[in-house]
Amino acid sequence: MPKYILDRRRFLRRTGQAVLGLTLGGQVAFFDPDRSWAIVLETLDQAAARALLAMTRTLFPHPALGDEYYAVVVEALDAEAGQDDAVRKLLQDGVARLDRARQLAFADLSPGTRTQVLREMEDEPFFQKVRSATVFHFYNNKLVWRHFGYEGSSWEFGGYLRRGFQDLGWLPDPPPEASPAPYFG
Amino acid sequence: MARFALDDDSVVVVIGSGAGGGTLANELCQQGIKVVLLEAGKRYTLDDFVNDEWEMFFKLSWLDKRIATGSWRIARDFPNLPAWICKTVGGTTVHWAGASLRFQPHEFRTKSVYGDIEGANLLDWPLDYDELAPYYAKAERKMGTTRTEDRPGLPGNNNFKVFYHGARRLGYKVVHTGRMSINSRPYDGRPACQQIGFCFQGCKIGAKWSTLYTEIPKAEATGRLDLRTEVQALRIEHDRSGRVTGVVYADAEGQQHFQRARAVCVACNAIETPRLLLNSASNMFPDGLANGSGQVGRNYMRHTTGSVYAVFPQPVRMYRGTTMAGIVTDESRHDPRRGFVGGYELETISLGVPFLAAFLEPGAWGRAYTRKLEQYTHMAGLWIVGEDMPQETNRITLHPEEKDRFGMPIPVVNFDDHPNDIAMREHAYRAGRALYEAAGAVEVYEVPPYPSTHNLGTCRMSVRPEDGVVDRYGRAHEIPNLFISDGSQFTTGGAENPTLTIVALAIRQAEHMVRLMSRGEL
Ligand SMILES: Cc1cc2nc3c(=O)[nH]c(=O)nc-3n(C[C@H](O)[C@H](O)[C@H](O)COP(=O)(O)OP(=O)(O)OC[C@H]3O[C@@H](n4cnc5c(N)ncnc54)[C@H](O)[C@@H]3O)c2cc1C
Ligand code: SF4
Repeated sequence: MPKYILDRRRFLRRTGQAVLGLTLGGQVAFFDPDRSWAIVLETLDQAAARALLAMTRTLFPHPALGDEYYAVVVEALDAEAGQDDAVRKLLQDGVARLDRARQLAFADLSPGTRTQVLREMEDEPFFQKVRSATVFHFYNNKLVWRHFGYEGSSWEFGGYLRRGFQDLGWLPDPPPEASPAPYFG
Repeated sequence: MARFALDDDSVVVVIGSGAGGGTLANELCQQGIKVVLLEAGKRYTLDDFVNDEWEMFFKLSWLDKRIATGSWRIARDFPNLPAWICKTVGGTTVHWAGASLRFQPHEFRTKSVYGDIEGANLLDWPLDYDELAPYYAKAERKMGTTRTEDRPGLPGNNNFKVFYHGARRLGYKVVHTGRMSINSRPYDGRPACQQIGFCFQGCKIGAKWSTLYTEIPKAEATGRLDLRTEVQALRIEHDRSGRVTGVVYADAEGQQHFQRARAVCVACNAIETPRLLLNSASNMFPDGLANGSGQVGRNYMRHTTGSVYAVFPQPVRMYRGTTMAGIVTDESRHDPRRGFVGGYELETISLGVPFLAAFLEPGAWGRAYTRKLEQYTHMAGLWIVGEDMPQETNRITLHPEEKDRFGMPIPVVNFDDHPNDIAMREHAYRAGRALYEAAGAVEVYEVPPYPSTHNLGTCRMSVRPEDGVVDRYGRAHEIPNLFISDGSQFTTGGAENPTLTIVALAIRQAEHMVRLMSRGEL
């Protein structure tokens, strides 16, 4: 089963909406027309996915990162909801409350209002669940690491021994008693 | 590898294959003793290690449910993860950073030196520095500790450079790349460190000492080690004379077995060790094995910790190279004029983006927080490790109802900071902040403690049986053939990372056991 559907021609539809849903052979695909990413929802519906996407973004906003990175979290929550009824209920009820909090759907609120809505539910299990899922799944994405300048796995390149573990140039080198010369073999 | 029969009562059963148990098992095997080593976790090889924080966390950590209670911040931030320790062959030495420091002489005599501290259950160790010194030397040689004997120090990375200059500008005197059980030169058949930078995830090349690829294969080579993996010890049994007879354990399928033993050594790390003793209560030992003093599970210590991360105008890239790359020892002295007894060390630390997002400010969200994370490449980090006060109410107990999949009650870890711990932590945060400001930091973040990595004191050594659980060799006061072989033995915690002391005590304990056996006393 495809996890990500990246075929632009098949799925791209320009509309005024930020995020689209589409039914494909019984499953609901959820995607962003501007960035040609999509996730397949197994359990949650489009409205829930849309609210959760807005929530993850409001929780950990990085303006330079597109929705596709946040969609990874929604996909993980959807998968968990499919395996665990308690999680499904927690998410569905939580989303319902998000969408009722003001007179508009949560995703249609301004970033400031969304933040306020979330602040009001900070102590609730639903909030905690989505927050911790976002911390885990969003920041555990190798593509997101690039944005932070984090280089990830290094052993396959021989570590940093010859690749800049001491390349900081804005301070003088400590004396050899404090920091002996490296051993290169 | 050897296989001994379940009814072979000439074997010593060691439970736990980490710093304490892995070392003890090897030392006994080298002396001709047959050992059955029970380990709850799986056996991995270097090929299984990846440079990925969460993947290795889930592979290596002890994730069975534990409950944190008390006023410590961990109970709020990580209510089911009070400790960050491993369940795998090699124990937490697979994960550890490698800092290998000796206790200072006065730290064996805290009751005498610090005096009476209200609420603290201080006690002098039943042994002193001079007695342990030769075993420290053996441990350092075994582990290839840098800056001991002729082993040079490691080269400092970028994180160290920042730390060094801040510390020196602040006037600290002893600042260097530390004593690390990481090879600065090839040693003991293992290569030199390549500055890979994932020390907490299992050293991919084995440059860092771990019992997984040192003690355990060496013990296996003697033909006297029977290592059983994915088995959890559930109960230690005894006979009518009050001597232990063996261990009931469950295998991966949940089948229970009973391994007979001439002696049992418990090295499950300081939460599981008392849990096992408490779960072994019987008519003869109604409060748990070896618990006549009521001290089993009490005096739980976890070091006064915290981290300081700072942001600089120019890049640092702290994650490149050894995770713990340097130390300031000036604050580790005992100097009550600072407003607390005991001392602390400052050591560099680094986390990758996945862990930093989880730990920089647990529970935080919003743009203010994500802005901090976006400064990742310009951050430097240090960790505080200081002596905390033993308190009777800081303790491990068995949950009255909740049980694990083998029916063993889950452990509850209760902890309150002592006022001395708080005063020390505040002092250390101020020091860490000043250090980074001296190096030119534009922002400084004080980060609360991670789940406990140093777990100590829950079966402490004492001269008198009423004050503790084991004697000066780790032998239970009440049961002559039961030993505690991990950090649970610590009478007090010292300011230093504990593993070198755990290993030194294990070497000494093995020697003592062999002596007892040769005299027919064990
Ligand atoms: C991230 C991190 C960094 C660290 N860095 C340092 C450092 O730089 N310097 C330092 O000195 N220390 C460091 N430590 C601490 C160090 O790892 C521990 O002090 C040390 O490993 C403890 O040794 P131990 O023998 O008590 O327990 P462990 O090494 O934890 O071994 C205990 C073993 O017992 C097994 N076990 C438990 N219960 C049972 C049971 N019922 N049946 C069978 N098996 C069981 C466990 O699975 C485990 O493998 C660090 C720890 C962490 C987590
Ligand atoms: S930095 Fe050195 S010790 Fe740490 S994982 Fe890399 S090679 Fe091993």
